[in-house]
Order: sequence, then C-alpha cells, then structure tokens
Amino acid sequence: MAEPVGFFTDSSVCIGCKACEVACKEWNQLPGNEPKFGDGFDNTGQLDSENWRHVKFIDMVPTDVQVGNGSAWLMMSDVCKHCKDAPCMEVCPTSAIVRTEFDTVYIQQEACNGCRDCVSACPFGVVGFSAESGTVKKCTLCYDRLQANMEPACAKVCPTQSIQFGSLTDLHAKADARLAQLQAQGNTSAQLYGRDDSILGGLNSFFLLMDKPEVYGLPNKDNAKPPRRNNFAGYLGAFVMAAIGVMAGAKALGGGPSSTDSAPGGP
Amino acid sequence: MAEHFTQPPHWDWWITFYFYIAGLAGGSYVLATILRARGSSRDEATARVGYMLAFPLVVVCAILLTVDLGQPMRFYHMLVNTTPGVGGLNFKPWSPISLGSWGLLIFGLFAFISFLESRGMLKALPIAFTAIGSLFGLFLCAYTGVVLSVSNQPIWSDSWAIGALFVASALSASAALLASFSRSDDTDGSTGTRLMRADRHFVVLELVALAIFFVTLAMAGTLGKTRNGIWLVLWILVLASMVPPLLGRHRGLVAIGVLAGVLLMRIAVIFSAQS
Repeated sequence: MAEPVGFFTDSSVCIGCKACEVACKEWNQLPGNEPKFGDGFDNTGQLDSENWRHVKFIDMVPTDVQVGNGSAWLMMSDVCKHCKDAPCMEVCPTSAIVRTEFDTVYIQQEACNGCRDCVSACPFGVVGFSAESGTVKKCTLCYDRLQANMEPACAKVCPTQSIQFGSLTDLHAKADARLAQLQAQGNTSAQLYGRDDSILGGLNSFFLLMDKPEVYGLPNKDNAKPPRRNNFAGYLGAFVMAAIGVMAGAKALGGGPSSTDSAPGGP
Repeated sequence: MAEHFTQPPHWDWWITFYFYIAGLAGGSYVLATILRARGSSRDEATARVGYMLAFPLVVVCAILLTVDLGQPMRFYHMLVNTTPGVGGLNFKPWSPISLGSWGLLIFGLFAFISFLESRGMLKALPIAFTAIGSLFGLFLCAYTGVVLSVSNQPIWSDSWAIGALFVASALSASAALLASFSRSDDTDGSTGTRLMRADRHFVVLELVALAIFFVTLAMAGTLGKTRNGIWLVLWILVLASMVPPLLGRHRGLVAIGVLAGVLLMRIAVIFSAQS
C-alpha cells in the first residue's frame, strides 16, 4: 500500500475563486448544473453527484456596517473527507465503497446499485445520487491521477495553496505549523478539523478553520458519529419489543374454542 | 443538541410501502404461527390465511426494494460482492441493509414453503419450522426500523426506538389484517375477537415505543422537526387510529383504521426526516 495521502485545506487563505470547482468538473467530466443565485457568491449550492468541490461562503458581515465590528467573511473549499471510519463505506451493502491503496475512499461505479444508504449515512452531506447513472458519486481524490503520480486537479490549480495535497504525515506537519503561526498572530479561534482522530477516526481530507466547525456547516465531534452507534440499541429495543409482543399475542390468542364447540368457519 | 448536515437519501414511496408491507408479511406469518401453536383447530383457517398472505407480500417487498434502486438490475449486488478480484458473498452484519437483504431472502424461503403448505401442496409443517420462520419474520419487521436509526439523518439517527416501533406497529397492523379475514361471528372466543384483543396489546406496545421515540427525539433536540405543519397532523391521525382498537369498537372499521394508521406512521417517520 502506498503512503496515505489526503488534502489539507487551509481556509484562512481561500479567496473563493472556485478554480478548484472548475478543475474538478473538467478533469472528472462532471456535468454542469443550473447555477443557484441567492444572497451570496455561492451559486453551486452543495456537494452532490455533480459537484465534488464546493466553495462555501459564510457571510456574517452585519447589514449595518460598523467599522471594526464586522465578523469575518469566511470561505472554504469543501470536499469529501475520506474518513478513516467512513460512514458511507460502513453501511454500503454492496461493498461498492472501498478504501484504495492510497487510503482514500472510492465508490466503484460498476458495483454500486444506487440504494442510497451511504447518502443517509454521510454526516457531511457529501455523497450524492445521480439519476443519470443510477449510482452515487463523490470525490475520488482523483484516483486516476494518483495512479499516474499526478496530484488531484483541485490542488493543482488552487492559486493560493489553500488546497494542499500530499502524504498525511507531511500535511499534518504543515497544518500544525500553520495553526501555530495563526495562533501566534492572535487568531485564537483558528483550529484544525479532522487532523486528529476525534472526527470519525481522523480525516484524510482535513481543514484549518477560522471559526467553529458548525459555522462552516460541518458537524462537530459530538455530531460526527458513525451510524453503527445505533445498531446495538436499535436491535435490542426491537428484540425486547418482539419478545413482549409474541408473549402478549400468545396470551391473547391462546385458548380458543375447540373445533367441537361449534361448526368450523373461516374465510 | 444534535446538529445534522446530512443530505436526504430520497427514500420515498417505494421504500415507505416496502417497510409497510414487510411489516405485514412478517407480522402475518408470526401471528399465523401463534394461532397454530396456541389456538385451536378453529383458528386454523385464519392461520392459513396468514401464511397465504406472507409469501405474496414478500414478493411485493422484493419488487418494491428492487424498483427503488438506481440500478434495479444490480439488485443481486446486495448479496454478491462484484468487486473485481474479491468476489464471494456480501454479508456485513453491521449494515442493516446487508443483514436485511439476507433476512428478506431467508424469510422468503420460509414464507414460500409455508405458502405451499397452506395451499395443501405440502404436508403439515412442524411448528418448529414456522417458529424459526417467525424469527425471521420478526427480524423483517425490526430491521426496516433499525436501518433508519443506523444513519446520520435527523430524526432517524436521533432515536434507537424505530425498530421497536416498527415491530409493535407491524404486529398491530397484521392482527387487524388477519382479523378482517377471519370468521365473522363476534363471540368472545372467536378468532377475530381474539385477534382484536391481541391488537389492543400491540397498540399499547406501539404507544410505549412511540413515547420512547418522542422522548429520544426530545433528548436529541430534534422533536420540533416532527411538529412542523403536515407532520403534526399526521401524528395526530396516527394517535387517533390507535384509539378505536383500545376501545374495542366495530372490528371492520377498527381494522381499516389500524392499517391506515400504521401506514401513516411510517410515512411520518420516513418523510419528516427528509423534508
């Protein structure tokens, strides 16, 4: 197995240019989708089967501008997290979702039958169903490019190096250094997301955030949980209910009149 | 408080009816077995109806499940690993859909054999056989709820009680279904009357499961999502459908109400989480 690789997305230097989105669509031949125009600069909407990179714009600047009191205008290029304990891979009944030799999470299009269980399992809202292919799709971390010793398209084009690709060991070191630098500058709310194992065992695609994860639409460590957490309690509750139900049914249905009591009847 | 950023899987009507009919199939089989084990020879006709219903309903389940897939012709991928160089069977006990696919297949075999017997095409089956089949029938009722809990969807993943809720409601709906097929006299010991009595017990269990369901949602902070607009109306209708069986009113109307109420409950659980 090759050395584990991933992305380190440093949101502090993202300028929201969306070059990553375009490069991703071009390389992976993803169809264009109807732009969504709202209040902000985000006309992509969300990660789904057609958008494997999504630049988020978190506009918290007050309408009544008071100089010096405005919150930061945050930007972040979101992507599949390639989790160590990937919920999508955990629930996939067809084993279509696999871990590659690069330690990334990959959906085999030929094996997926479109049951969409992974969609409901991914706490980040990454996996999307494509009605066109009848399968689910998400970022492959440019698996084909990795096989050819090329870096993923989004990291290649990012003009500010907000998206960095490399071995996880190198990326962790870079992230730690960058965090220390920001904190030394007084950015006390800067934090790494997914660098350690508190989020689903660690994320191969991890982030430097300038605020709490929830602000970026990311679940914090209390909310990013594997779906299997409900397996035991779910089955146990159902088992207890089934046992009581069968006993109650046996009590209510037991001791009917014998066939000699009256003429047999039926449907 | 639980915060969710998950996308909805768009499990809509096919899956809703699958979960509903799976409950009827499993529940009918279980009640037929109880009638045979605990009842008298006068209950045999209704027990046969239970077995006669279970198999066709399982076939409908398999069709609904397949039609809902994005690639229906790949339905067998649930059971067979098609990853190149890997092969073998797909069996992931920690994945409710994987476990449920096997459960549906095995229960289908039991239901098929019991169907043949109920049609007089096989000799009488030993009660041990139908008892084992009933375990798979109960599993079919249960796993459809557990599959929802084992996710990261709001409401679904916020409660572990959906499996229990689906078991109790499946038994309740199945009792109502079989009661509507059973002999029409309303004497105290008749099969239909006793099925309605059993239904009262199942409705009480369903209410207990429903209470746990709502309490777990309240603890997760997502109870409000079930109270929005149409969902509140649906939940009120679900609760209203449980009143007549508890009061023991006219069997036919009660049965229709229970069957409709259990379907509405599944609609409320499945759709409210994805809205």
